Amino acid sequence: MTTKISIQHVGKVFGEGRHRVEALKDVSLDIADNEFVTFVGASGCGKSTLLRIIGGLEYHTSGEVLANGRPVAGPGADRAMVFQHYSLYPWLTVMENIKFSRRLKHGRENLTSAEVEAASGRADALLSLMGLNAAVDAYPNQLSGGMQQRVAIARALMGRPEILLMDEPFGALDAQTREVMHDLILHVHRLEKPTLAFVTHDVEEAIYLADRVVLMAPRPGRIDTIYQVPLPAEREQDMKHTPEFLRLKKEILARIRETSGMKTDQGMLDQLNMQEAV
Amino acid sequence: MQSKPGTRPRKPGMWAIRGPMSRRQYWVFAVLGLLAPLALWWLVSSSASVDKVFMPGPVDVYHRLITWYTEDDLMSDIWISVYRVTTGFLISALIALPLGLMIGTFRPVQAVLEPLTDFVRYMPAVAFIPLVMLWVGIEESSKIAIIFIGTFFQMVLMMAEDVRRVPLAQIEAAQTMGATRGESVKLVIFQSAKPALLDTLRVTMGWAWTYLVVAELVAANSGLGYSILKAQRFLQTDKIFVGILLIGLIGLVMDQLFRLAHRKAFPWLHLRS
Repeated sequence: MTTKISIQHVGKVFGEGRHRVEALKDVSLDIADNEFVTFVGASGCGKSTLLRIIGGLEYHTSGEVLANGRPVAGPGADRAMVFQHYSLYPWLTVMENIKFSRRLKHGRENLTSAEVEAASGRADALLSLMGLNAAVDAYPNQLSGGMQQRVAIARALMGRPEILLMDEPFGALDAQTREVMHDLILHVHRLEKPTLAFVTHDVEEAIYLADRVVLMAPRPGRIDTIYQVPLPAEREQDMKHTPEFLRLKKEILARIRETSGMKTDQGMLDQLNMQEAV
Repeated sequence: MQSKPGTRPRKPGMWAIRGPMSRRQYWVFAVLGLLAPLALWWLVSSSASVDKVFMPGPVDVYHRLITWYTEDDLMSDIWISVYRVTTGFLISALIALPLGLMIGTFRPVQAVLEPLTDFVRYMPAVAFIPLVMLWVGIEESSKIAIIFIGTFFQMVLMMAEDVRRVPLAQIEAAQTMGATRGESVKLVIFQSAKPALLDTLRVTMGWAWTYLVVAELVAANSGLGYSILKAQRFLQTDKIFVGILLIGLIGLVMDQLFRLAHRKAFPWLHLRS
């Protein structure tokens, strides 16, 4: 297995002086080619910041990040990103959104006509893969949240990125839609073979999708534990009820609570009860 | 609140908080809202105790409109005023658009221009009249300059704000698809801000009209604003009414044209899904 993303002793400091916040401290992680890694952790653990650093949308203040063997110096088409929302272009139809990268110089440069043709074939293929055929001429604001995210994923895949970064992409969707999207993204992962880094606050989602779950802890943001997911590569919804799955979920949830630095839910409830008694 | 058993739930009426209203009901109320002030005006002006000099009635105003049209060349007054307002407005828009785009996109440009613009926009446009006469003269260009001064600074700041409101995720998505800085500005930021920018143009167009009277203070001898000022000198209250109402009407028509353009240019914003 070759390493696709190599994060070496990465640190990130926001602000200066009194406003100095250490968002990430000495984070090191290697992600293999075609691996699916999810990031979870209490708020403020820097998981989104780390993803954005890999994407080149944020810069790190120490250490080094290599993607595809090259140091990350800014955003690039080899590392496409899917956001939680507001990233689609409302003035473009679904098809135009998916083909957006074709409008960019980067996507047009040095192409033979056969390649251009192949590209529109690819747009059609992605449209089918994402189940968007019926919505091809619709505008984003005519679509449900789940359909919008399908478009966002298809658009990100259009340029065949070797790395796909997803920042809580299903965070705004309802539970049923989310399950459908989980199986869809696993299918995409098998078919397109991108290396996938996925940030979420949903532990069940993190386990179900991933080869490895990276648990991060806050203040300063750092990697706490890395869990290998003990499930077969081919995932099915029923696996969420297996003992291994539930045990891991319980373990991760407990660890997040421990590292969050806040009182446990039970502790908080006890406190409330005490106040009521007074 | 508990009601007797057997009572069926009722459809909320139009007086419920944010209640429903049919199109027909809406128009009935809209016409009422327009007619009521007219009726009140007519009533007040026709009562014996009010002098016509203070309050001419709708009929007097209508007669004045007709004589202005037939004898005093109303159309050329309207034309010259429309010309001044739209020219001042267009020059303002042409400069404000790229500046607003730059201020809203690049922090150094914002730092240089925004505080300055903020400062200048609080300076009263009327007070610039002597300077404008000194620098620009008293030709047509001076009237256009006043309208420009009145609208430009507001316009720049509003456009910069429109550009700043473009969701960051839209820009970042383009960057992770390989967009260059120029492409992000041209293909994402500008495209995304366009509907808001057109709305800003619509609003500032209204303001441009409010500066017309001020602009025509400067050595004008025609125009709606000038006519209002002249009518004041001769206590032709009915003519003042006509002038004000016409400016309001032209403004309303232009506003509607902007709204129409908005619906035509940005169909995705006006879809019923």
